[in-house]
Amino acid sequence: MEKIIYVDNNATTKVAPEVFQAMRPFLTDNYGNPSSMHNFGGSIVKYIEDARKKVAGLIGAADSSEIIFTSCGTESDNTAINSTLRSYPDKKHIITTKVEHPAVLNLCKYLETVGYRITYLDVGPDGLLDINELKNAVDHDTVLISIMHANNETGVIFPVAEIAEIARVRDITFHTDAVQTVGKIPIKMTELPVDFLSLSGHKLHGPKGVGALYVRKGTRFSPFMVGGHQENGRRAGTENVASIVGLGVAAELAKNNIKEEITKVKKLRDKLENYILENVSNTKVNGDSKKRLPNTSNIGFEFVEGEAILLKLDEKNIAASSGSACTSGSLTSSHVLKSMGIPVTFIQGSVRFSLSRYNADKEIDYINKNIPAIIGKLREISPFGKK
Amino acid sequence: MWNYTEKVKELFKNPRNVGEIKNPDARGDVGSIICGDALKLTLRIDKSTEVIKDAKFKTFGCASAIASSSALTEMIKGKTIKEAAKITNKDIAKYLGGLPEEKMHCSVMGMEALEAAIENYRGRATSKKEVGKERIICKCFNVTDKKIISAVKENNLKTVEGVTNYTKAGGGCGKCRPDIENILKEYWKKEATKPKLQKKPKKILTNLEKISLITKAIKREIRPQLKADGGDIELIDVDRNNVYLKFSGTCLGCPSSSFTLKNFVEVRLKELVDPEIKVFEVRK
Repeated sequence: MEKIIYVDNNATTKVAPEVFQAMRPFLTDNYGNPSSMHNFGGSIVKYIEDARKKVAGLIGAADSSEIIFTSCGTESDNTAINSTLRSYPDKKHIITTKVEHPAVLNLCKYLETVGYRITYLDVGPDGLLDINELKNAVDHDTVLISIMHANNETGVIFPVAEIAEIARVRDITFHTDAVQTVGKIPIKMTELPVDFLSLSGHKLHGPKGVGALYVRKGTRFSPFMVGGHQENGRRAGTENVASIVGLGVAAELAKNNIKEEITKVKKLRDKLENYILENVSNTKVNGDSKKRLPNTSNIGFEFVEGEAILLKLDEKNIAASSGSACTSGSLTSSHVLKSMGIPVTFIQGSVRFSLSRYNADKEIDYINKNIPAIIGKLREISPFGKK
Repeated sequence: MWNYTEKVKELFKNPRNVGEIKNPDARGDVGSIICGDALKLTLRIDKSTEVIKDAKFKTFGCASAIASSSALTEMIKGKTIKEAAKITNKDIAKYLGGLPEEKMHCSVMGMEALEAAIENYRGRATSKKEVGKERIICKCFNVTDKKIISAVKENNLKTVEGVTNYTKAGGGCGKCRPDIENILKEYWKKEATKPKLQKKPKKILTNLEKISLITKAIKREIRPQLKADGGDIELIDVDRNNVYLKFSGTCLGCPSSSFTLKNFVEVRLKELVDPEIKVFEVRK
């Protein structure tokens, strides 16, 4: 296979070679069960605890016991939300946003059917929240605020420190889905009064099938997965040892590379974005350009359809993604871009480029070289607009 | 990633007949940017033979929409209007070696553009003519009951999901799904009772009864269809099971009138009057 130019890192990332090497022994010789009495299994506990420390280190948690390993970001989100509702059974109001990942959004839609009242906060044209709207939404019945740290489609970052403070002074539990931010921007839980934070392994060059939930010490907790005593009785199920070890190494690498993420990766993203805006007409960036992840650029190409762009990019071995209706599998276009009020002509032609530290400068040159011709050709076929 | 056939990929990569014919003899515009796909079809038609000499398209949409449009133009070039009018969305999908179920609406869009272009050629206002009688069922994608019923009929659809795949109706907010369910129920209920009605005339008809039935069939079933194309038909004589008919209007001298006689008029009379009927054209 020819070399892929991979700019879809908000979907998933390449497993770092160091991560793979660290996982290997646990998929071959070192297969013991950490719950076993014998040393062959029991000795594995220390590797899990080492990984826990590394994840705690990446997000600046005060204590590694605040980290629970899960199977993915979605499980972390479900655990945080369900745990809170079970801990406070008398309160029935939840505040979230219209632009959450389906892991939170669809869970909230389900909760509406079983008696919960949900406030879905609006976002502005730049994808940002109105903090006053959040304050006004709070009432005596509010049990939980769940708001993502950064949006997966646009990369727009929400002010979680400010939101967490609003929740804290009102004695409301606050959960943030930080799947897109952990490893991309610095996070320090000791300075951020967040109660629950979700993260996922495969978004930060770790393996798929592993995630983690940060639970602040003192936060009421009720397990989502019930069964054995693993994870101190907070998440039953035999540990996914290899992936947990992999996530630990990925967290360590991410911590060491975070400067590169916010300098080198950002520079490449800006180069890509600026070139496209300057060389292709009728384009715009979706989402606030400042309060945004350093690796993400969501660009709307007017009068062309996203799936067609992606397939043309695919012919050139460039992997990206789109918020158009055709690519969603559900006939409707991106709920995020729609909530922002982006004109439909730009939504249908939206493409998300999400970079990583593995992208090279010459790859960006290659993308930039190809984009104007691809868009030009599709616009020739399109009945709308000119060039 | 969708599982597209090689033909779809090829026509997406190298679409044929992209563009717009200047001062076309017929044009069909369907879809919109809001719906996620749109197709503008323009045709050059030889007025004397009604043969489609050239067809060009411009499409906004995904790979399968572009491939369906390209396929359509290839399929209709060289055909007469009447031959082209028989092309259905299934034919387009077949030409492409199949489409994913979720993308069948792309082939429907091709068929609709062709229908709109033919109506336009015949001098009727593009597709909006009966909008008053139609009811918009799916507000997200502007899909009418007429379109849903026609897709159900053409593709033997039995589920709401099937209707969504072929027309997009119900694929947005989903509020209209119960309405689609009702349309399906009503349509298939009607279909279930239909064959019984047609099997009735088994008894031997008198000549007078036969003539009366033929007259009725022409008036109700056959004439309106021909009139839609500017033609007409008249009953001249009936001799046992031989029916003598005379064309008028645009049917006169139309190269496909003998085809119409055998494949439409005779077929309908066999269904409605007597399976033994044979029709003959009187040219005087």
